[in-house]
Amino acid sequence: MSEKPHPVKILALDTTQEYCSVALSVDDALIWREELAPRSHTELILPQVQAVLAEAELRLNQLDALAFGRGPGSFTGLRIAAGVVQGLALGADLPVAPVSSLAAMAQGFYRENSTATHINAAFDARIGEVYWGNYALIEGIMQSMGDEAVSAPDDLLLPATGGWYAIGSGWAAYPQMQHRLAARLVKTIPETAPLARDIIPLADKIFRAQQAVSAEQALPVYLRQKVARTIRERTADRS
Amino acid sequence: MNILGIETSCDETGVAVYNTETGLLGHSLYSQVILHAEYGGVVPELASRDHIRKLSPLIHEVLEKSSLRLSELDGIAFTRGPGLMGALLVGTSLGCSLAFSLGIPAIGVHHMEGHLLAPMMEKNSPPFPFVALLVSGGHTQLMLARAVGQYEILGQSVDDAVGESFDKTASLLGLGYPGGAALARLAEQGDPDRFTFPRPMTNRPGLDFSFSGLKTFAMNTLRNNTDEPGIKKNIAAAFQKAVVETLVDKCQRALRQTGYQALIVAGGVGANKCLRERLVIEAEKSGTQVFFPSMALCTDNGAMIAYAGALRLSAGQQDDTNLAGRPRWSMEGLTALPQNSG
Repeated sequence: MSEKPHPVKILALDTTQEYCSVALSVDDALIWREELAPRSHTELILPQVQAVLAEAELRLNQLDALAFGRGPGSFTGLRIAAGVVQGLALGADLPVAPVSSLAAMAQGFYRENSTATHINAAFDARIGEVYWGNYALIEGIMQSMGDEAVSAPDDLLLPATGGWYAIGSGWAAYPQMQHRLAARLVKTIPETAPLARDIIPLADKIFRAQQAVSAEQALPVYLRQKVARTIRERTADRS
Repeated sequence: MNILGIETSCDETGVAVYNTETGLLGHSLYSQVILHAEYGGVVPELASRDHIRKLSPLIHEVLEKSSLRLSELDGIAFTRGPGLMGALLVGTSLGCSLAFSLGIPAIGVHHMEGHLLAPMMEKNSPPFPFVALLVSGGHTQLMLARAVGQYEILGQSVDDAVGESFDKTASLLGLGYPGGAALARLAEQGDPDRFTFPRPMTNRPGLDFSFSGLKTFAMNTLRNNTDEPGIKKNIAAAFQKAVVETLVDKCQRALRQTGYQALIVAGGVGANKCLRERLVIEAEKSGTQVFFPSMALCTDNGAMIAYAGALRLSAGQQDDTNLAGRPRWSMEGLTALPQNSG
């Protein structure tokens, strides 16, 4: 048996979907705040940070790292999380672990369903697309099997073998995915969302692997790159 | 006090540090103009994406220019509105949480108050009360300023902002986007009297503006005289003359109506050479005074936000931890500074 790793103090936050949540790992305890409040992230996030720090009787500069849900998700939500984490990291001189919000959602589902070791996590990306990724449990952590993607529902693919849990709003938005992949799915549970407390184990791994980044590199991962059409593209469409 | 100012309301990322005793210590501006040019206008989502990439590096750059460490900051000011919601949220989120992290006060600044107070950073600073002409790509307003935070809108554009009308007319003349400044340069070579453009809303009382008709007039003039040599520069010159004379006329009216002696001009269009020259001439004629910010501080910038924030923080005002932006926000709803606060 190897020695238990030294506990790391990490403050994580997530505003990528409708929950606004913050979590703090301190020694073996986990303190968190979470609220389902689609339009109040801007009001809630810093008071939540304040509350978990106060409960743990810690100051920011006594922590080891910060972490945030880096996306995919609501573009505005990603930037609130990135902006807040950059500000906190600059001021307290802390490294940041950017964590996939899809992976965090998969981690949370595993926390509540210990048999769910293979998970497809998907968010509704609107305009006929879905953000998705496949995750498998390795050493207690949900790890990505291949790249995360934004695609048409028909292009969402599962790895070649095994039975998969399908979670997240993407599966409610596009029921055709469930029909197409029925034979491969153990269960479909669209009512799941990423939470800051499930970012902690993923961030812990990033921090220990020395893959945490500086404040200015704590950036959102949108997946969707094309958000507007250039004059040239619009002209080409008309002709 | 050293106050960090952050501006992210539209398509420029601006950061500055203002010291309440010694003035501006350093400022940096990153313009997204090239990014948006191929789209023919500001794409809000792309603007927000660029702000979140550029803001932290600019903060480091400005601190270095100012020879300051983060721990030497005494407060943080950021633009809370008006502007593009997503763009504003980058500045509010980062600014507010940085202040929280450093344990120093934060304040959300009104972007147009920043512009309005910008000339007060100059050596030759206007005394209150004054009339302010705020002219940019998003705004055209005549304001009455009694003191910091005490403003009354005297008039504003009922349609296009003046900068917007410059850009739209420039686009019509094939000058690309944003072509307002290129139009002004082209106008210098043209004959301003070859065509006579209307002076919108000058033949009736009031201090409101309307600029959308000038763009239509330019379009029709171009269509009816396509083959005339030098047509574009002559249209540019006539258009600019009409805009400038309209603005000057309304400014003079505002000064007469209020009885105030000082006019300040701020915002991107305040950098227009022709406008500046005409206002100086009119001020001399009428025995009033006109004040401009330095050319560098006419466009959106972090310095004006740092300055406006510094005035409010020095007076003891500060905001809580709410990161919300205010995309629409009237200057008339601002709070006045406490009396005798300096």
